[in-house]
Amino acid sequence: MIAGSKPVNLTPPASSGESTGRKKHLLDFQDWSVADIHALFDTTDVMAQVLERTIKRVPALQGFTVGTLFFENSTRTRLSFERAARAQSADVLSFAAGASSLSKGESMKDTLRTIDQMQSDVYVVRHVAAGVPYQLTKWTDASIINAGDGRRAHPTQALLDAYTFKKNFANFDHFEGKRLAIVGDVMHSRVARSNIELWTLLGGEVTLCGPATLLPRELEQFDKVTLTHNVYEAAEGAHAVMALRLQNERMTSGLLPSIAEYQERYQVTEKVMAEAHPDALVMHPGPMNRDVEIAGDLADSERSVIEKQVASGVPIRMAVLYTLLVGKK
Amino acid sequence: MRSVIKNVHLLDGTTDYGTGDLYIKDSLIEGINLSGEVDETIDGSGLTLCPAFIDLHAHLREPGQEVKEDLASGLAAAAAGGFGSVVSMANTKPTVDEAGIVADLVAKARKIGQARLFPAASLSHGLKGETLTDFGALKQAGAVMITDDGIPVQDSHLMRRACEYARELDLVIQTHSEDPGLRQSGVMNEGLVSQRLGLPGNPISAEAIMIFRDCEVAAMTGARVHIAHVSSKRGMQVIEWFKAQGHTNITAEVTPHHLTLDDSVFESFDTIYKVAPPLRTAEDVAYLRKAITKGVVDSIGTDHAPHTQAEKDLDMLQAPFGIPNIELTFPLLYSELVEKGAITLTRLIELLTVGPAKVMKWDIPTLEAGKAADLVLLDLATEKPVTPKSFKSKAKFSPWTGQNLKGWPVRTLVAGKPVYSA
Repeated sequence: MIAGSKPVNLTPPASSGESTGRKKHLLDFQDWSVADIHALFDTTDVMAQVLERTIKRVPALQGFTVGTLFFENSTRTRLSFERAARAQSADVLSFAAGASSLSKGESMKDTLRTIDQMQSDVYVVRHVAAGVPYQLTKWTDASIINAGDGRRAHPTQALLDAYTFKKNFANFDHFEGKRLAIVGDVMHSRVARSNIELWTLLGGEVTLCGPATLLPRELEQFDKVTLTHNVYEAAEGAHAVMALRLQNERMTSGLLPSIAEYQERYQVTEKVMAEAHPDALVMHPGPMNRDVEIAGDLADSERSVIEKQVASGVPIRMAVLYTLLVGKK
Repeated sequence: MRSVIKNVHLLDGTTDYGTGDLYIKDSLIEGINLSGEVDETIDGSGLTLCPAFIDLHAHLREPGQEVKEDLASGLAAAAAGGFGSVVSMANTKPTVDEAGIVADLVAKARKIGQARLFPAASLSHGLKGETLTDFGALKQAGAVMITDDGIPVQDSHLMRRACEYARELDLVIQTHSEDPGLRQSGVMNEGLVSQRLGLPGNPISAEAIMIFRDCEVAAMTGARVHIAHVSSKRGMQVIEWFKAQGHTNITAEVTPHHLTLDDSVFESFDTIYKVAPPLRTAEDVAYLRKAITKGVVDSIGTDHAPHTQAEKDLDMLQAPFGIPNIELTFPLLYSELVEKGAITLTRLIELLTVGPAKVMKWDIPTLEAGKAADLVLLDLATEKPVTPKSFKSKAKFSPWTGQNLKGWPVRTLVAGKPVYSA
């Protein structure tokens, strides 16, 4: 805790091929190894098969309770987790805090302690502030899955992105040497931060692209990460190009002059993709502003795996729940 | 009443007297190595005796925020930390912006009979940065310093007028130098760590720019301006530059936390580290220490900022800024700076006694005969872990919990009377 005692790592330390053992939480990828991720992807394959059956349900998590604690609204992610829990026969407790006790002044800690009396085995947590899932681990014995904390991390999104890439890139062999270009509002994006962390852990490279006001220069100090303000340069030779959602408030807060300028300089288009690897995939973590950060026709094109990303969400989250809960008991 | 502290290492911010006996007559120091009958003898073997410390920067939260701290708990905590005199900040509810509030604080503290209280008054009414408070009436009621600490004075014109007026009254203006526009909603230092953790950053330039503004206004008006809690190398370099030009009316303070912690502690997402200005990088910490040895720093102020545990249990965005530390300031700085060779013990004592007294133009606290018997007896040898549960402060949490420190105060005297005994 004393000055200079702790190095900063974006790339997780455990980047060996060895499994790092049972996991209690999924907060980010700091204590996950490549082997852990590949094992999780193998489990995801099994879960994907379950979802192809007529009866899309297995008893794997029967008797477990999954609590979704969404302090910030997100219908899509919450539904995806709840579907993943129910497909494995877990009970689901759903808590949307936005309109509930927090507005009555109850603290996050007291909210958790109240919910904890209902004895969930795992909490799926989303919060507007970075670090909340970490804070909650101090106040409960249950597992915590980070479903998005501020600008910090959204690990299941990064997992489903990497998994989608693995399943859809032509003749996929490994992540080494594969380059992911992330274009847009990197500064405010937990999706970008988790993708940087996971993609580089898996051996890939990441190029970050966006206007200087939305692209923190510090991120270039991390291994296997490069920065550019030129979208064509970012796409050049990339194996996947991911456009990030641009929120209107970035204009009103003076971070960008106008939508038109952004579209002109940073929109991911067919022309941009012409610079990429011939088999490059187009990705978007959603929700998408068509024709703002991504050209509408490109989003619907052959290269686009945007809908497959959404579809990968449920099996990935099934695999995460299974890995944490069954690995734990 | 005559007493003696025997066989004690006698040290003040200017002189090391070696081992001896210090005689106290009523409220004053009588002298060293005298003789004759005494009413009380204290064995100081193995201990060090210094003038009690002076803190120009503590948030005692009264009036209005007694749930965090009050005068009784705050002044007891100060005494436990070896402080005999404390300047309390004005960002209370209501703000200390009227003479009546100052007078009430002074009267109440006198009754409590702990460490001496010297209230600061706010620069603007309600800390709104709009209209000047009645500096003259506030001074007459006992206010010793003018500051909107907690909230930067954004309006440069208001700062100019405040400095001009304070100069006329020979009052110190203490600044909270951060440019609100650049600071925005930053919760930690902007840099590699904040970008990795996805937490809104508060850039060093926010501090450096405002320190420049405040020093420039000090140079322009000739007012005594004390730059509080300098946290960054660049901010400190601005002060160095002005001081090098002979602006002796500008003084600088550093805090225990900015001297010992850097922004990597946020990896733990513990809101206990959320403080304004924020903990900077290891390079900044190193430079602040260097600035002490170079003589740029005039005083160490604690910026003791207690909150309730419930407030600190909020998330990183909502939790309040502030670190409680007044009971740990000396042991922490002795263990981390003196023991590890960064600064000398005499320099540390100086920054906690002579330094702040000079900033305020108070009588220089030494161990000479005739000085006030405001004294602290320190145990520099025994190592003890930090246990917040035993704090006198209402804020029973600490960034240094469990850390083994040396240099614990064992007895604090104010005007010859014990206000703390371990």
